Amino acid sequence: MAFFDRQLTKPLPLGRTLFSYGMSAIAVLSTALALMALLSILFEIFRQGLPGLKWEVFTSLPAPAGETGVPSGFGNAIQGTVLMVAIAALLSVPLGILTAIYLSEIGKTSATATIVRFVMSILSAVPSIVVGVFAYAVIVLATLFNYKGFSALAGAFALAVIMLPIVVLSIEEALKLVPQQQRFASAALGANSIQTTFKIVLASALPSITTGVLLAVARVSGETAPLLFTALFSQSWIENILNPTPSLSVMIYNYSGSPFPEQTQLAWTASVVLLGMVLLTNLLSRLITRKR
Amino acid sequence: MSSPNSPTPSLATSSESDLALCARSVDVYYGNRQVLEEVSIDVYPGQVTAIIGPSGCGKSTFIKVLNRIGELESNMRVKGEIQFFGQNIYSQRVNLNRLRRQIGMVFQKPNPFPTSIYDNVAYGVRVFSRPSRAVLDDVVESALSDAALWNEVKDSLKKSALSLSGGQQQRLCIARALAVKPRVLLMDEPCSALDPIATLKIEELIRSLQQELTIVIVTHNMQQAARISDYTAFFSTDESQVGRLIELDSTAKIFGSATHSRTRDYIEGRFG
Amino acid sequence: MNSSKAQSEFLESESLKSESIVGGDTAWLDRSFAWFLQIIALAAIALLFWMGSVIFKQAFPAIKTFGAAFLTSQDWDVSQLQFGALTYLYGTVVSSAIALFFAVPIGIFVAIVTSEKFLPAWVRSPLGFLVELIASIPSVIVGLWGIFVLIPVLKPIQLWLHNQFGWIPLFSTETFGPSMLVAGVILAIMILPTIAAISRDVMASFPSDLRTASMSLGATCWEMIFTVLLPASLSGIAGAVILGLGRALGETMAVTMVIGNSDLISASLLDSGNTIPAILANQFPEALDELHIGALMYLSLILFALTLAVNVLAMFIVKIFGFKHQ
Repeated sequence: MAFFDRQLTKPLPLGRTLFSYGMSAIAVLSTALALMALLSILFEIFRQGLPGLKWEVFTSLPAPAGETGVPSGFGNAIQGTVLMVAIAALLSVPLGILTAIYLSEIGKTSATATIVRFVMSILSAVPSIVVGVFAYAVIVLATLFNYKGFSALAGAFALAVIMLPIVVLSIEEALKLVPQQQRFASAALGANSIQTTFKIVLASALPSITTGVLLAVARVSGETAPLLFTALFSQSWIENILNPTPSLSVMIYNYSGSPFPEQTQLAWTASVVLLGMVLLTNLLSRLITRKR
Repeated sequence: MSSPNSPTPSLATSSESDLALCARSVDVYYGNRQVLEEVSIDVYPGQVTAIIGPSGCGKSTFIKVLNRIGELESNMRVKGEIQFFGQNIYSQRVNLNRLRRQIGMVFQKPNPFPTSIYDNVAYGVRVFSRPSRAVLDDVVESALSDAALWNEVKDSLKKSALSLSGGQQQRLCIARALAVKPRVLLMDEPCSALDPIATLKIEELIRSLQQELTIVIVTHNMQQAARISDYTAFFSTDESQVGRLIELDSTAKIFGSATHSRTRDYIEGRFG
Repeated sequence: MNSSKAQSEFLESESLKSESIVGGDTAWLDRSFAWFLQIIALAAIALLFWMGSVIFKQAFPAIKTFGAAFLTSQDWDVSQLQFGALTYLYGTVVSSAIALFFAVPIGIFVAIVTSEKFLPAWVRSPLGFLVELIASIPSVIVGLWGIFVLIPVLKPIQLWLHNQFGWIPLFSTETFGPSMLVAGVILAIMILPTIAAISRDVMASFPSDLRTASMSLGATCWEMIFTVLLPASLSGIAGAVILGLGRALGETMAVTMVIGNSDLISASLLDSGNTIPAILANQFPEALDELHIGALMYLSLILFALTLAVNVLAMFIVKIFGFKHQ
């Protein structure tokens, strides 16, 4: 009977209506739950961390546990994070750019290129702690220039391994966006493949390459697991990249379980700084591509 | 105009080395699929040669054979022989970069580099040498003047080439090709992406360039071929989907009294 | 043509004038450039094998001593140099399973909300952006939040579960706060962006005319989603879920901070537990004995192999079944 019912204003059967409303409610609830987690994290970091954000935290060393009233901060940890991320970028970005050029300009759909791409996506999925173990085995357990043990170099090496696949895959995408016609135009003017690659392809893709690199930098600045037992930690300023080196993320971890409230406070404040660094780099990378 | 160090003196008779381009029995394959068969063409220096034909007849493919850019795009294979002023361009010893500098190309869609107008024009020169700024300025100015673009852009040489209109971009691409002083300019349907007024400007430009340059232009527009070319080559294909040269003659002859009936049918709009 | 004197001198003097198209062979330059790049790319591949072999080599003493029994032993005694992986393997798998239990439905619903047209575009795209923002928060910060916010919030819920359902082994113990359940919840939060973002991309690529076709037959929006959209996107969503699982298995910091780090297997989710990444993070900085390091390396190798297998599986599911509608 209902099949021949031509009344358009008649509502759907109750079951179908309820199903629609119920599902909509669950969907909204799920999304709200996800957002609540995010907002709660951001809110709590700022609520707990901002009060401690004074100039001295950038310029001082952490005060010895239990001492209050003296200037206390994490200048050395900021120094260490910046240093290790910079070394990591220096190691992985050139290698990553060259590999990406191979994929987009030379290998293309060849078997070798497909394997390289496959391995890169595998590498990007290796847990960062395993990369830390790798760096531990390769550098911490080895003797370099008469030094043995935990060092900024080991931490930076681990971060570089994490960065490499991110850099390769994002730069390849950037290079593939350069119109094929520009390569032909360059070749038609007599340019060889090196000139075409560097003067035309890389130059055109520069903004998106920068975005990719910045996103990778943002990603590794917050990494903790690969630094825990490679760079370790230190209470003093950095003097040698072959010595144990502090970082913001490891400091947050170390102080998160501390019984001393001023150390927990320092962990919260360091979280604001670290999160700020990560989110700013993220934002910056988006702005660079937005401009075009 | 014979060249002193021709790689294949054996085949270079005096008449062939006087030709700007001379193709003999050229077969072209994409992978295993043949797209052109037995094409033989003479391109006379200082003349405009138009290539016309229905779509899919391989005319664009053929022009990409002439500066060997086609092999960059895909797995193209070429059999037969093509001579550029008596030098075999498919010889083992050919330096592709030098070849392509001598035989410039303008593409279907304007494809300026996303750099400044000045850098676009200077690119080809910089690829081969490091001239002083003053010389480079001169090269850029004369190339832009030759491409009838100088007056429009002389105050904005630092602006991005992408800020120009489509027609201006295409003239910039012509200027870019002219800056390295090629002897032959290949144009692959250079007006297909342009409006009628911009097309007219390019046609005038082609006419003015022809005094010192040899031009080969592929066009799907028969009126355009009739207006601007001295010689016209008609390509066509049959059921086999393999393109062939049907007829090559002076443009007046092709459009007036073509020898081949297929050419007459095409010109009169009976197929294609 | 208006060539100036300087220019014509330049053209006379430079190679530009030469009509020859041979000589000055630069093809070798192109070839060596290609070779150079290929070698670099192969070096990038070698990195993965280097990683595997180095870890294997370091793990070898432990592999030789404990063999396959390592996988089934619960002993982990550093002073006696007795090592077994079962506790950590169990914790890794269970915490990841809890994470999937929460994150899969929520992630799929978030993907539906951000890909379907329930909400105007100006709400949907920032919504998607916000959910993905979770992925960019460093894990250690999520862990800090977990210690000070999530554990206290979940504690009454855990107590209530124990009081009401204590007869079920899963809830049979009183909680101290840190527990397997908390670890699973925090993992769920961390893998949610992965599942939501990939599922959304899969659904967004579903042709809109098929949606319209279904709805023009009288299906409501949700009926269309369950009868057309979800079945068609199933392989893509499965890929997303498995990628999420891969992330959960290897996630270290946040879990280490809220799981309680016990060395015993407990049937109860309200009890504290441990995972492979957590024990690695806790013990590597102080490991000195070769066999201890070897056992930790053995654990890393297991984790490496586990995540490798899971990710390859995800890639194959996406590759082989493809996005059906593409």
